[in-house]
Amino acid sequence: MSAQVEQVFRQEWGRAVAVLTRLTGDLALAEDAVQEAFTLAVDRWTGGPLPSDPAGWLIVVAKNHAVDRIRRESRRPAKEEAAARLLGERDPPQPPGPIADDRLRLIFACCHPALDPGTRIALTLRTLCGLTTGQIAKVFLVSEATMAQRLVRGKRKIRDAAIPFRVPDDRDLPGRLGGVLRVVYLVFTEGHRPGAGPGVVAGELCDEAIRLARLLADLCCGEPEVLGLLALLLLTDARRPARTGPGGRLVLLADQDRNRWDHAKMSEGSRLLDQAMRLRRPGPYQLQAAIAACHAAAADTSDTDWAQIAALYAALASHEPTPVVHANRAVAVAMAEGPAAGLAILDGVDEGGHIEGWHLLHACRADLLRRLGRTAEAASAYRAALALDPPRAEREFLVRRLSETGG
Amino acid sequence: MRYLCLLVGEADMDGPVPGTPEFMQMLSDYQSATQAMATAGVLVDSGPLQPASAATTIRVRGGEPLVTDGPFAELKELIGGYYVLDCADLDEALRWTATIPAARFGCIEIRPLMVMPGSG
Repeated sequence: MSAQVEQVFRQEWGRAVAVLTRLTGDLALAEDAVQEAFTLAVDRWTGGPLPSDPAGWLIVVAKNHAVDRIRRESRRPAKEEAAARLLGERDPPQPPGPIADDRLRLIFACCHPALDPGTRIALTLRTLCGLTTGQIAKVFLVSEATMAQRLVRGKRKIRDAAIPFRVPDDRDLPGRLGGVLRVVYLVFTEGHRPGAGPGVVAGELCDEAIRLARLLADLCCGEPEVLGLLALLLLTDARRPARTGPGGRLVLLADQDRNRWDHAKMSEGSRLLDQAMRLRRPGPYQLQAAIAACHAAAADTSDTDWAQIAALYAALASHEPTPVVHANRAVAVAMAEGPAAGLAILDGVDEGGHIEGWHLLHACRADLLRRLGRTAEAASAYRAALALDPPRAEREFLVRRLSETGG
Repeated sequence: MRYLCLLVGEADMDGPVPGTPEFMQMLSDYQSATQAMATAGVLVDSGPLQPASAATTIRVRGGEPLVTDGPFAELKELIGGYYVLDCADLDEALRWTATIPAARFGCIEIRPLMVMPGSG
């Protein structure tokens, strides 16, 4: 596929599936029809000029495929009616507004709480982002056949249980929007996770998550958490170029060359965060974005406002009292007040021993102990982290640190 | 779309005890939830079930009916009643079932009825 066709594919896939879903009321049929239209487009457009309105062309061709399919598969009057209705749609392609709304309707269906959480992410990647079943299977570390089956089941559940293609009304919106934002966030973290799948797919997931967050922000700009999520993704993604060193080695925030950060993304993220905070309804995504913005504003770690970051983590802990948030707060406190203060918090995090198996907990402890000069304890914490089989990039980092502590 | 909503009591959750004010409150909550569904035109049918000890199971094998005492499967959870609702979609069904007290004291399974070809 040429780069130009690939770009149209990325931009228009979700839009086309969403429009066809509205027209046919059947997600599986819509997806098949759009797939056929894209296959035809690759043949027609490769080596030739693109039509003046590629999106409109794709939607018309997909619509014709859908009508053919409906006619071929059934003689039932209801189906005939559906085909006739589709054919009757002789209007020019929809203006941008309602089309964008179609994608919003589709994402609310794909992220419906009645679907299994993993299926929500997979369906979103397939229907809105146009990732292939094979690519999604790689993200979830399952076989392509398993993923294909999961996607089919998800679409069947949407159809059989009548999960609506609709933006929930005001009563349900706050709760349901949270579920959609969660899916977008998880798509991003999956791509951002060190050692996540093959590099190409990983980077693509971050791009797709940002694309989805932008779409949501365009359509729900009065929702501060939507703006907060987009801000968070941009501010985090801006650090991507500096995050990996030669040979895929993980470079920690403290050691990153900040000139390699994407400053356009940083300033866009900060601007969105300001816009969100002016709405005066704080939430976990805005708080995380604010933390990322503190890092963005600093020339290096010594110039970073760690006290502010510690306070933001404390606020975040009131929304999400998870061990991960407490551990991050401990790290920030260690930077602001010294490693001993951080270690005291960290030791309180895992009183129940529930996250003993979480390698980052041991890695954090190890780092604080090292800075306190307690090298023997540090070395044993590094070993504990390594014993939990961390991702490759982190493993290499931990091994380096362990050898520095004389372990 | 029609949904069969099964009211399920969960073994580790105790509902109000008969004779207490909480029990009377629950009955009145059932009544008002059911009334609201009827008024909105989504209620097809509903009712409580006798306990599983009153159940009889029949199988026909080789043309012969085999009748046994008890439910078809021994479950920890007990189905105590049902609603059949006619809703536009799952979101509407979820909104109504959330008003049924069984959702607080146990859970409710929402199962779409299959639309048979030719039935509309």
